[in-house]
Amino acid sequence: MFVAVISLAVMGALFGIILGIAGKKFAVENDPRVDKIIEIMPGANCGACGLAGCAVFAEAVVAGEVNPKLCTPGGAGLYEKIAAIMGTDAESYEERKVARLLCQGGVEQCRVLFDYKGVEDCHLALASFKGPKSCNYGCVRMGNCSRACPFGAIQMGADGLPVVDCYICTGCNKCVVECPQQTLKLIGVSHSVVVHCLNSDKGKDARLICSTACIKCKICEKNCPENAVHVEDFGSGTLAVIDYEKCTDCGICAAKCPTRAIQKNDSISEAVLLKIGKPKDEEPACQSCGLCKTV
Amino acid sequence: MQEYLIIIISAVLINNIVLSQFLGICPFLGVSKKLSSSLGMGGAVSFVLVLSGAITWLVRHYILVPFDIGYMQTVAFILIIASLVQFVEMVMRKFTPPLYKALGIYLPLITTNCAVLGVAIINIQKDFSFGRAMVHSLSHAAGFTLALVLMSGIRERMEDADIPESMQGTPIALLIAALMSISFLGFSGLI
Repeated sequence: MFVAVISLAVMGALFGIILGIAGKKFAVENDPRVDKIIEIMPGANCGACGLAGCAVFAEAVVAGEVNPKLCTPGGAGLYEKIAAIMGTDAESYEERKVARLLCQGGVEQCRVLFDYKGVEDCHLALASFKGPKSCNYGCVRMGNCSRACPFGAIQMGADGLPVVDCYICTGCNKCVVECPQQTLKLIGVSHSVVVHCLNSDKGKDARLICSTACIKCKICEKNCPENAVHVEDFGSGTLAVIDYEKCTDCGICAAKCPTRAIQKNDSISEAVLLKIGKPKDEEPACQSCGLCKTV
Repeated sequence: MQEYLIIIISAVLINNIVLSQFLGICPFLGVSKKLSSSLGMGGAVSFVLVLSGAITWLVRHYILVPFDIGYMQTVAFILIIASLVQFVEMVMRKFTPPLYKALGIYLPLITTNCAVLGVAIINIQKDFSFGRAMVHSLSHAAGFTLALVLMSGIRERMEDADIPESMQGTPIALLIAALMSISFLGFSGLI
């Protein structure tokens, strides 16, 4: 028995010493920035970035091969910290985007042509006489986006329109793809001013259909101090469009818009503040890494 | 010479470590989604398998047998394999970083690959000489790589196949493994 214990102990010690020497001799000098980034990362090795774990991701970030925004669980807070370690400007990383509904034609605002009694599906509703709503551009109000959202961020409101919870929305693009009318769009959270109308009919026609439609009056265009809003030609008609490269989120156009088709939503800017600089343990339990779907 | 040939054919085809002896199933199913990664895994396992086959044979015949502690075989072998994988990982990281990166997480996982321990124990059970043990380990390594590459080839084509939803992923992979195992049974009349 003693022989067994001693010989195994000797073998163990021998291997330990060999590994110890090898560890010193074959030590690979790491970039200290890699270790620092690994420390601040979520460390779930979830693979949402498409790489094999957080350590590989950190190395790729330091090598400049991937954008730190790829770490979904880390969120905006992580980009900032990585930017500080890498000595670059955080603004060069793409910001968080959430889905916005480009339509305000609820039950009260937009006239209904007929009573639709079919299956609750936007595609099917559209197939019957271009949908029950008189506006052929906006939301069909059948809730496909709400059903498509994997995070439950979209709820159908009392006016029949979907409401996106910008705190829960991860910008996964599922609803954008699902919507047959392209009324949902991913817009960066730093932009709270959005044109909530897609109707490119003539101003008078649009106004007759919907009380909150863009009537192409160009008041936004004239009042914008940054020259960021324009009533642009779409071939089929014209529509006010905000150029987010120039927009400073001042909200003057939203205040001047006679039909309130342009709106400034302050809860979006709060979402920015909450997302950045929020302590890690206060983050929502779901980090939208997608791991649950693959396991 | 003939005896070596029999060892090779028997280890690669007839007693294939994965498909006939059902050892090392974890990497067989886990790393067989892409041809390139299955080749890398096969290479890494082969390397560790041959090296551990040699060292375990030496330890068995020059330490365990003389001290009459053959019953410590499993513990000693696991110790050797674990240290060896660590050592290989360090050396690879230093001298062949591209290969180290390509293998990634699979390299440390070889520690718990039962095919490595299995082959080391079979070497002892069959009472091979050192030369034969080496040939035996090498052929089993080739057999493991062969099974992995065949599986990944089939699974890559499966990507385009129209599989019922409930069968997608692991269920169909297990079915393929079973069918491959049955077809390898056909080699049993070879010797």
